[in-house]
Amino acid sequence: MNELLQQLINGLSLGAVYALIALGYTMVYGVLRFINFAHGDVFMVGAFTGMYFGRWLKPLAAAWPEWLFASTVLLVSMLSCAILGIVLERLAYKPLRERPRLTVLITAIGVSLLLEYAGQLVFGAAPRGFPSLITSSSISGIEGLHASNIQVIVLVVTALLLWGLHLVVMRTRLGLAMRALSLNPTAARLMGVNTNVVISFTFGIGSALAAAGAIFYASLYQAIDPFMGVLPGMKAFVAAVLGGIGSLPGAMVGGLILGVVETLVVGYSQLLGIPPGYRDAVAFVILILILLFKPSGLFGKTMREKV
Amino acid sequence: MKPRHLLFLALPLFVFAACKKAPQAGGSVDIPVGEFASLTGATASFGQSSHKGTQMAIDELNEAGGVLGKKLRLITEDDQSRPGEAATVVRKMISRDRIIALLGEVASSRSLEAAPICQQAGIPMISPASTNPKVTEVGDQIFRVCFIDPFQGTVLSKFALSKGWKKVAILTDVKQDYSVGLSQFFKSHIVENGGEVVSEQSYSSGDKDFKAQLTAIKGTQPDAILASGYYTEAGLIALQARELQITVPLLGGDGWDSPSLVEVGGKAIEGSFFSNHFSVEDPSPLIQEFLKKYRAKYNAEPDAMAALGYDSAMILANALKRAGTTEGAKLKEAIAQTNGFMAVTGKITLNAARNADKSAVMLVVKDGQFRYVETVAP
Repeated sequence: MNELLQQLINGLSLGAVYALIALGYTMVYGVLRFINFAHGDVFMVGAFTGMYFGRWLKPLAAAWPEWLFASTVLLVSMLSCAILGIVLERLAYKPLRERPRLTVLITAIGVSLLLEYAGQLVFGAAPRGFPSLITSSSISGIEGLHASNIQVIVLVVTALLLWGLHLVVMRTRLGLAMRALSLNPTAARLMGVNTNVVISFTFGIGSALAAAGAIFYASLYQAIDPFMGVLPGMKAFVAAVLGGIGSLPGAMVGGLILGVVETLVVGYSQLLGIPPGYRDAVAFVILILILLFKPSGLFGKTMREKV
Repeated sequence: MKPRHLLFLALPLFVFAACKKAPQAGGSVDIPVGEFASLTGATASFGQSSHKGTQMAIDELNEAGGVLGKKLRLITEDDQSRPGEAATVVRKMISRDRIIALLGEVASSRSLEAAPICQQAGIPMISPASTNPKVTEVGDQIFRVCFIDPFQGTVLSKFALSKGWKKVAILTDVKQDYSVGLSQFFKSHIVENGGEVVSEQSYSSGDKDFKAQLTAIKGTQPDAILASGYYTEAGLIALQARELQITVPLLGGDGWDSPSLVEVGGKAIEGSFFSNHFSVEDPSPLIQEFLKKYRAKYNAEPDAMAALGYDSAMILANALKRAGTTEGAKLKEAIAQTNGFMAVTGKITLNAARNADKSAVMLVVKDGQFRYVETVAP
């Protein structure tokens, strides 16, 4: 029983990271109807920004309390990724906005490769150790159950970020504009919504959340490399589809489900008869099942293409 | 199309033209030796080290006047630590660069990709550090200058038993032949000698999250955990094990030998043990001289992969001298007859299975350094 609880905690903290990345996919899809495949690599840049900034700040911030240091690193990384996301959109996607969606999709793959290999050039190919932002300690409530404080912090901060996002989307004018744009771009434009600003904003928020996910991921698993974004990116995409692409609560729930299922499959592989080496396959089997049986996802609305 | 765009199209052509060196005329001025290594990617530390060692040996040989009156020309290709890439670069070196012999790789999986190609092309291949037995079983063109995993598995198992660790958990990287082999040989030896394997878990190279496996292992309360994969994951495994309050020592093979292990693992990897090909603390004059030269050349501390890379090139040069020709069949015979060659990582005699019978050392991670514990003879 304790082992199951332990595995659930492991799965939820992994799922929280997937959820944060998945939000970026889903938001961009909501307003532009395309999948930003470079999103996983923005995630990677977020981790490296955190690493370099953290190492630079560490001696300067020796006297700071730990939470202040960690949140500064988190905020700086989120901010720089937000800027990166906005710049990417301006340079790579905006010129193609009136082109077929496939063109943008392929450009996104190009941007993804560009970031990966530029990352390899700049950061080096070898995996790097991520500086610990918060001294890891173990919180043991029940006998034999060990949640690390980082896992708990990840879950709490993720919840806060999601709540913040909910407020932004539901309570602000920009959020309203975002929702309008995702409902009907032409009508939104006719009503005087400045689509460029809204799209930039969407990319900024999505990339900032990916950066937060990256800092959490790197804090949980401590090693980062230029290709670290590929698999989490793909899995977050699956999470977004699972939840219903375009739906914000869907991305969160999809991410958490995926993290937990993946962890349980690995943890109970001998019981289930699935080798743990298939952990990555789990996500994609889920994707296939979703596409077969409920293509709109858990929270998605069925949409008919109008011809 | 605007002329501006035409210029962009032409740009890559200029870049390519600048990169490509003029082909050597006739190929008789020097002896082209191929090397493939994981200079980038997940096990970049292996490729970088073995390449530095190999390069140092080639430079040394050339400074001494080369071999057979010609200079050796080392052609190095990067396989990016990726499956599939090794075969591509090796084919390219054989067909385009006309290499006479191939040195590489460290990782067994990638050596196993290159071996059939070399065997077919009649090009002798010497692996510096691939320890999986299957590598040299490919054919009579394939050699290695290191010990093999049945031996390494026995060494680790004996070490665990001598420490009184009878209940052992095993964590294997199923994507690496090396790790799968090492786990298997370790298991069979320890089970036959009164030990017990309480849990067998696995993962794939590139995984970052081992908490699920470790949580399952924790429930079985082992005395030690064998993490038979490479350093990239071993450091993470140590960190996450400590986070889950698993305090037992970790054991590993020569795949742990990289500064990255300590960079990633930090305090968590302290007190863990692994088997290796040599120790920098060994007072043997050959090793100390190698250390001195390596430090002077690269301003860095060599690891076992660097020493083995150096040895592989030296064995090749020695065989070339004895064969008196670069012709594949004769060169192969000469390499196979290598007997009592004094190499940095020990005396190398190639046996009938084209493997080197050498002793192994056990190292412990202490204060971020790899400290010598004991030597285990074959």
